[in-house]
Amino acid sequence: MAKIAAIPMILTALCVFVGGTLWTVVYSFTGSKLLPKAKWVGLDQYERLWNTNRWIVSIENLMIYGICSLIFSLVIGFVLAALLDQKIRFENTFRTIILYPFALSFIVTGLVWQWILNPDFGVQNIVRSLGWASFEFDPLYNQDIVIYGILIAGLWQGTGLIMVLMLAGLRGIDQEIWKASRVDGIPTWKTYIFIVIPMMRPVFITTLVLIASGIVRVFDLVVAQTSGGPGIASEVPAKYVYDTMFLRQNLAQGFAASTMMLLAVAIVIIPWAYLEFGSRKRD
Amino acid sequence: MKSLKSLLCGTAMCAAGAAHAVDLEVTHWWTSGGEAAAVAEFAKAFNEMTEHNWVDGAIAGSGGVARPIMISRITGGDPMGATQFNHGRQAEELVEAGLMLDLTDVAEAEGWRDIVHPVSLLDSCTIDGRVYCVPVNIHSWQWIWLSHAAFEQAGVPVPSNWDEFVAAAPKLRDSGIVPLAMGNQPWQASGAFGVITIALAGPEAWAAVSVDKDAEVAAGPVYAKVFEAAAAAREMRQGSNVQDWNQATNLVITGKAGGQIMGDWAQGEFQVANQMAGTDYSCLPGLGVNEIISTGGDAFYFPKQSDPEVEAAQKELASLMLSKEVQVAFNLKKGSLPVRGDVDLAAANDCMKKGLAILAQGNILPDANQTLSPDTLGQIEDLMTEFWADSSISAADAQERYADIIANAD
Repeated sequence: MAKIAAIPMILTALCVFVGGTLWTVVYSFTGSKLLPKAKWVGLDQYERLWNTNRWIVSIENLMIYGICSLIFSLVIGFVLAALLDQKIRFENTFRTIILYPFALSFIVTGLVWQWILNPDFGVQNIVRSLGWASFEFDPLYNQDIVIYGILIAGLWQGTGLIMVLMLAGLRGIDQEIWKASRVDGIPTWKTYIFIVIPMMRPVFITTLVLIASGIVRVFDLVVAQTSGGPGIASEVPAKYVYDTMFLRQNLAQGFAASTMMLLAVAIVIIPWAYLEFGSRKRD
Repeated sequence: MKSLKSLLCGTAMCAAGAAHAVDLEVTHWWTSGGEAAAVAEFAKAFNEMTEHNWVDGAIAGSGGVARPIMISRITGGDPMGATQFNHGRQAEELVEAGLMLDLTDVAEAEGWRDIVHPVSLLDSCTIDGRVYCVPVNIHSWQWIWLSHAAFEQAGVPVPSNWDEFVAAAPKLRDSGIVPLAMGNQPWQASGAFGVITIALAGPEAWAAVSVDKDAEVAAGPVYAKVFEAAAAAREMRQGSNVQDWNQATNLVITGKAGGQIMGDWAQGEFQVANQMAGTDYSCLPGLGVNEIISTGGDAFYFPKQSDPEVEAAQKELASLMLSKEVQVAFNLKKGSLPVRGDVDLAAANDCMKKGLAILAQGNILPDANQTLSPDTLGQIEDLMTEFWADSSISAADAQERYADIIANAD
């Protein structure tokens, strides 16, 4: 009975998600411009894609942003959660303050940090007016470090949520374990790393998925903060897809780029899923 | 019961009586002060001179934001009554897919071919001999705007062409003035490059590359000169850390920058700041080298509808947009040039008159939007954005990549 009830949902999922994905992949081998046309051009779109400087820069940026964002979100999120877990006073207040940026959209976050990082109004100006006249901090106007300027904004917005999830995970740890480790005289930091973190595995996987999906779809933050500039130094793949499909009226090129994004995600997800779910069956 | 019956009759009669008046939704991206005032002229004329109603569908943002929305509405089966596009190839595929109303009968009845000047504007509305859009105005990129105050402060006379401007640049720099103002939005860089090209390479070489897509010319010595000049201009713009074009124009207005390469829409900014052409600022068409203007601008397309009454209203609006009075009223507010040569624009200011004179002499070129596809223009824009922002890319490298794009252009 339950299976019959699920049929409409299964069909929708198959048609919309799988069907849409396959359609996109198939049409990436055509010469479609504004409207989809089944005019086959083989691998031309992919050849052009990988010869496009902007795409290469986008990929590099996504790698830097992704790796840094993953590491820093987890580390900062966990450290903040561990600090809040020390039964401090005003915990609610701190938790609210740190989680608050998450209530803002990426567009607002981007605009706020555009002002904070603006050399004439923001951090640089404040430090200079305090007397350090040669101080320089203008990541959004420097091609080499602009992606880190975006990273700062992304972390500011996203770490709060990671912290709350981690905190929930920490609260889920049985107090008896802490007591036992204290009786055995194990230092707190060792308890965290060797006992508590392995026990929090499900929480870590949830946060990992959240962070990873945030990384692949990073788009609005860049649009709001730098619109890809200076030059093309902060372009990201999602923006390339949007621009080619909707502004440049070249659907097939956009499809090719999004297929590459899908491929990249698949390369990460499939071995992981295999390890995660495949091993369980063998147990 | 009786009252309900009469009410129903009443509404039915109302519906019958109103059958001829059509609410026509018109989408466009004219939302700044002057633009909104100009489009209000269209709305006024349409409401007063016909029995139909203009339903304003302004989309905030720029063309880049608005066009995807318009296209997805048309392809998604929710077409509006009329919509703005730029002159050229932006709606080409929509026309080929049969989604636009054929206006040929109106065009032939009113003799558009005789009244539209330059006639190339009508040509870019024509596909396979059928007319699909109404050109409404001409905007030209080919201008440089110079601040008299800045040159006075630097102690050099206001230049009358690009070479003098380049020669004056070091003096401007010495007195703390940015020689060339330019915002960081991508289209500004590629637009300025187009202006420099037409001025320095001349219209023939430009046409060979941008119309005939001749990659050899693009890789050749004439274009090498253009890329050298662009590299020099890249140095001159150092220090103008603004984003929007009107912020860059403001640097010129306040004398913090010597000049700006920008289309004739910049004129509105000078007007709002109460500056006088000739005494406070100068404008040089074609950078003072090749006095020529490109005929970019806007056109209206009418997506196909199933209702014949709506179709009739669309055609009425089409002919109204080209009529003399509406052309004058609209273009004076917009600061653009009219698309017909037989109207009187006595109220135009000096710079606009310069433009009109060049137009009358016929020194015109098509806009790049008319000759290259949005895809190719996008690739050029990416290259220019990269080139203007990063001084480590040499002129020769950029030229090579440019020639490559032209070789693959469609």
